[in-house]
Amino acid sequence: MRRLRRSEILQEGARFCVARKDVSLRDEVKVGRGAGGQKEPPPAARIGLADRDGVVGTIMLAPAVVYVIGLVALPFVLAIGLSLSDATVGNPGIHKFVGLSNFISAVHDAAFLFALRNSIIITAATLVLLTILTILQVELLARNFPGKKVAEILLILPWAMPVALAAVGWLWLLDSEFSPIDWILRAVGLLGPGTALGPANNLFYLGREWLGLGAIVVIDVWRTLPLSTIIVLAGRTAIPNDLFEQAELDGAGYFRILFQITLPALAVLLIVAILFTVLVIFGDMTVVALTTRGGPGYTTEILPYWAYLKGIQGGELSEGAAIALFLFPVLLAAAILALRIAYRREE
Amino acid sequence: MAVLQVRELAKHFGDFKALKGVDLTTREGEFLTIVGPSGCGKTTLMRLIAGLETPTAGDVFLDGKPITPLPPRARNIAMVFQSYALYPHMSVADNIAFPLKARRIAKAEQDRLIHWAAGILGIEPLLHRRPARLSGGEKQKVALARAIVRKPSLFIFDEPLSSLDAQVRAVARAELRQLHDRTGVTTVYVTHDQVEAIGLGDRVAVMQAGALRQLGSPQQLYNEPANTFVAGFIGTPPMNLLEHDGRIVGFRPEHVLPRAATPKSADVAAFFVRIERIEFLGAEWLAYGSVDGQFGNAKVLFKLRPETIGEVKPGEVQEFVVSRRNLRFFSKETGMRAAPAPI
Repeated sequence: MRRLRRSEILQEGARFCVARKDVSLRDEVKVGRGAGGQKEPPPAARIGLADRDGVVGTIMLAPAVVYVIGLVALPFVLAIGLSLSDATVGNPGIHKFVGLSNFISAVHDAAFLFALRNSIIITAATLVLLTILTILQVELLARNFPGKKVAEILLILPWAMPVALAAVGWLWLLDSEFSPIDWILRAVGLLGPGTALGPANNLFYLGREWLGLGAIVVIDVWRTLPLSTIIVLAGRTAIPNDLFEQAELDGAGYFRILFQITLPALAVLLIVAILFTVLVIFGDMTVVALTTRGGPGYTTEILPYWAYLKGIQGGELSEGAAIALFLFPVLLAAAILALRIAYRREE
Repeated sequence: MAVLQVRELAKHFGDFKALKGVDLTTREGEFLTIVGPSGCGKTTLMRLIAGLETPTAGDVFLDGKPITPLPPRARNIAMVFQSYALYPHMSVADNIAFPLKARRIAKAEQDRLIHWAAGILGIEPLLHRRPARLSGGEKQKVALARAIVRKPSLFIFDEPLSSLDAQVRAVARAELRQLHDRTGVTTVYVTHDQVEAIGLGDRVAVMQAGALRQLGSPQQLYNEPANTFVAGFIGTPPMNLLEHDGRIVGFRPEHVLPRAATPKSADVAAFFVRIERIEFLGAEWLAYGSVDGQFGNAKVLFKLRPETIGEVKPGEVQEFVVSRRNLRFFSKETGMRAAPAPI
């Protein structure tokens, strides 16, 4: 009985020394158990693999490493290989290297130039609008007002909505015949024969170059605004209230406080949030694929969608890869910039 | 130089009455400290004066003019927060310049005023630094420079010393008072530390539970407390308060003497005390004990001079005396000061 007690005490000691990583105490446990001769779970269960930092670290990192190698690095290398070859969808192996001819023929395509132009315009316009609207929403949500909880939910909602479902809504809003926007414009006398936006009864948002681009920008902003708002709002709430009260007492009005206190304090977070969003927008084709499909003609084409059309739909795998690679320098530059700013903030 | 007047100022947060109608008038150029335990409403009072909160009732006047409806920026009141609230992304010079820029003062005049304020506080070498690279004491000086640069009618300090190390604090306290004496600006200084309040203030306002308990000079508060709260709050350690004959009788720890050390002829009240513990404080000893008999074993604290401590031993019951003129009487029901009674 006394021995059993002793081993129990030593077990407690073992638990304690696991926490402390005290080797000499752990050794004593084995001696104690040997003397006691009782049926006990093996010590390996207590001081197992999970207690070894090296093993735990490797296990935890492994999925990320596998993911990055399998889904990022390999496809990237493959894309470079494909872009230099004569591969097609029907014959996808890399058999023959053709140098830069895929890049040259891509650049000489009128559609490519549209895609490049539109990618830049859409990204730049989204960036500007997103920045302004993010600041407005953050300024709004940082204050207390009746119905704030409802407003928060409504403003976050687009983020939670599946793209396909959102597309249905947008396609209806922008429909060439039944668009409710057109209906309202007609009702207030802005659209229709003999009006400012007439003479047609509809605006055909997705059937015109600039209206189409505008629609894409609006949907992109609508889609990404919640995320950038949440990120920047977190930063806004972290600013001590003293700072705003001090500025008020110092005689500053609303705009002076916004531009000289709030925005400088949020600058880093805002830039990072916007850059990350822009990274997503620049490389994403879902909005175009679900709305204009690059039309009319190639006038609302963007790079990722054109790469997909050319490489997968058109079967010219190698040229598609070449087009997709045009995205890479821009995305890399934006990613490096975002990370550098983010890390500088941590210092 | 301005006079601040607060008239029946009240602030309720829902059901909680943070401030229950306070009346207070400063003198011109006065250094007024407001002291009280946490939750007493002193911070609310200060925020109402600054305009950061809207009062439920009552008014604030500055130089006789009502400022209650004015926003903070129109009040010409400078405030130094406990955190100092320095703008982190601006240099020291830009921090000090901020109130001037907000008032659209010409650049040359700005520079002159920045150097004037920085000169007074001795922070000219720091003008190009960022707040993150300043020590606590330096931050306070920058906050003070920013407060004086626009020559406000009133300063409000919200516990400006509480985030400093004990060593820096004594120096900073002296500097604060010097700054006031030099600029002559009426100052309201809020603190929970009664030592700071007594040491700094021309007058001290003691607050408790949203109400003003006493306003007076440090000496008045110490010698003639208006009620048991002030008696028990001011002083280190505070006044001993004992129940006797339906009244509360109070006396300061340093007014207690051993019977043996007092001439027989003195006009004193005597009582027996069981000494529980004595503590060495340097210039004096602190004795913890309980009073026997008619005082119902109440706990008492004495401060004893080194020349008398020799006769006092822990565990013993000894006779102690307090001169009758050092006794203070309070009503048991209201806690307010009452007429002397035989003891």
